[in-house]
Amino acid sequence: MNLTLKIWRQKNATTKGKLQTYPISDISPDMSFLEMLDVLNEELIDKGEDPVVFDHDCREGICGTCSLQINGEPHGPDRAITTCQLHMRVFKDGDTITIEPFRAAAFPVIKDLMVDRDSFERIQQAGGYVSVNTSGNTQDANSIPVQKDNADNAFDAATCIGCGACVAACKNASAMLFTSAKVSQFALLPQGKVEATRRVLAMVEQMDKEGFGNCTNTGACEIECPKGISLDNIARMNREYLSASME
Amino acid sequence: MGGILNSSIARKVAMALSGLFLVLFLLQHFIINFTSVLSAESFNEISHFMGTNFIVQFLIQPILIFGVILHFVLGIVLEYRNRSARPINYVRFNGSANSSWMSRNMIYTGLVVLAFLGLHFYDFWVPEIVHKYVESHPEDPTRYYHETVAKFESPVRTGLYVLSFILLSLHLYHGFSSSFQSMGWANKYAKGLRGFTVAYAILIPLGFIFIALYHYFNNV
Repeated sequence: MNLTLKIWRQKNATTKGKLQTYPISDISPDMSFLEMLDVLNEELIDKGEDPVVFDHDCREGICGTCSLQINGEPHGPDRAITTCQLHMRVFKDGDTITIEPFRAAAFPVIKDLMVDRDSFERIQQAGGYVSVNTSGNTQDANSIPVQKDNADNAFDAATCIGCGACVAACKNASAMLFTSAKVSQFALLPQGKVEATRRVLAMVEQMDKEGFGNCTNTGACEIECPKGISLDNIARMNREYLSASME
Repeated sequence: MGGILNSSIARKVAMALSGLFLVLFLLQHFIINFTSVLSAESFNEISHFMGTNFIVQFLIQPILIFGVILHFVLGIVLEYRNRSARPINYVRFNGSANSSWMSRNMIYTGLVVLAFLGLHFYDFWVPEIVHKYVESHPEDPTRYYHETVAKFESPVRTGLYVLSFILLSLHLYHGFSSSFQSMGWANKYAKGLRGFTVAYAILIPLGFIFIALYHYFNNV
């Protein structure tokens, strides 16, 4: 495959970036998108140019590190995958592909396509945990009865890998899907109920502090989420938040 | 915006509640307007009651005006905050791949409806207030029908009404069901509710358009 890549190049967080065009040839349709970028970077290094900086780690859709807004969609045009799981066969020979970083005030660009997603960590640290003493006398999880639906929904919420595609897809750069998944995974389980009130208030407060936008319920986040996190989590968080606010 | 509306979720819930209130208001407005198609006498009678009843005029009307102002001021505040959350836009943003046009353009459909409200106030509300409370004319319970019908003589005004209600329909298509999601409603009835809100969003504005066109063609 021969392709034209339009890639966002930005030296650092303070300089202005712009799209730069790179023609690339002999790309195998079986390559992953990141492997295609590896090929480009090898060519750039051979020519003595600066390689394109992008996030990646596990390359098997688990870690949530890879990002990229590809042709206007986070993780590209395919569904329920991360960028590392996107294959070049979804594109056609001769295509022009625009690659930009995830854009949000709360995700500042570090360099080129790499963004700082520490705002997600701070939301998690505000309350996305269960305070338990793990000194050796922890109760066996199977001894606490959990309704099957709740266990399934909590598990589904917990599959969120915190990649930030929800923020990138949202026209408002809202982090409601991420925050609601992290709230839900605990709110549905008996172990999480103890701190439920404090948790949802603290996490939503941190989310607002980070400068994410509001939820317009467009549903773009759910469609683009690599793990298919449901909008029902947002409704659950809103319920949790409203009842916690009245306590 | 401080106090109770300091959190993003609280602002969305206030938006949802004021929106639902306006949806209810729209239904009663439609029912009253529709009587103008059925019988001039009934329309006059109901309009006279609404225009002179103390509770309607001095309790419900101020609440309604507050609801309208809260809804559009919050809408503009939310839009401003949302835009600030992404100071540098994407060069390429494929919104249609994952969301409806209606959900992405609530601010624009809302602003058109707001502009229409300006026209509506100029046409009906302001002359009504001047008639009753400034010039203090003696009450004539038969004036309402003719005053209303006369507004639909102009093809331009009728066209603007029709256009505004199409935009209102698009606004409600997303907004009505979205308000339930904002308030945390997600259960087995959500799908049925969505069907109801879509039917409402299409039928009620269509009803208003029918009334406007009915009087326009009756005038011709």
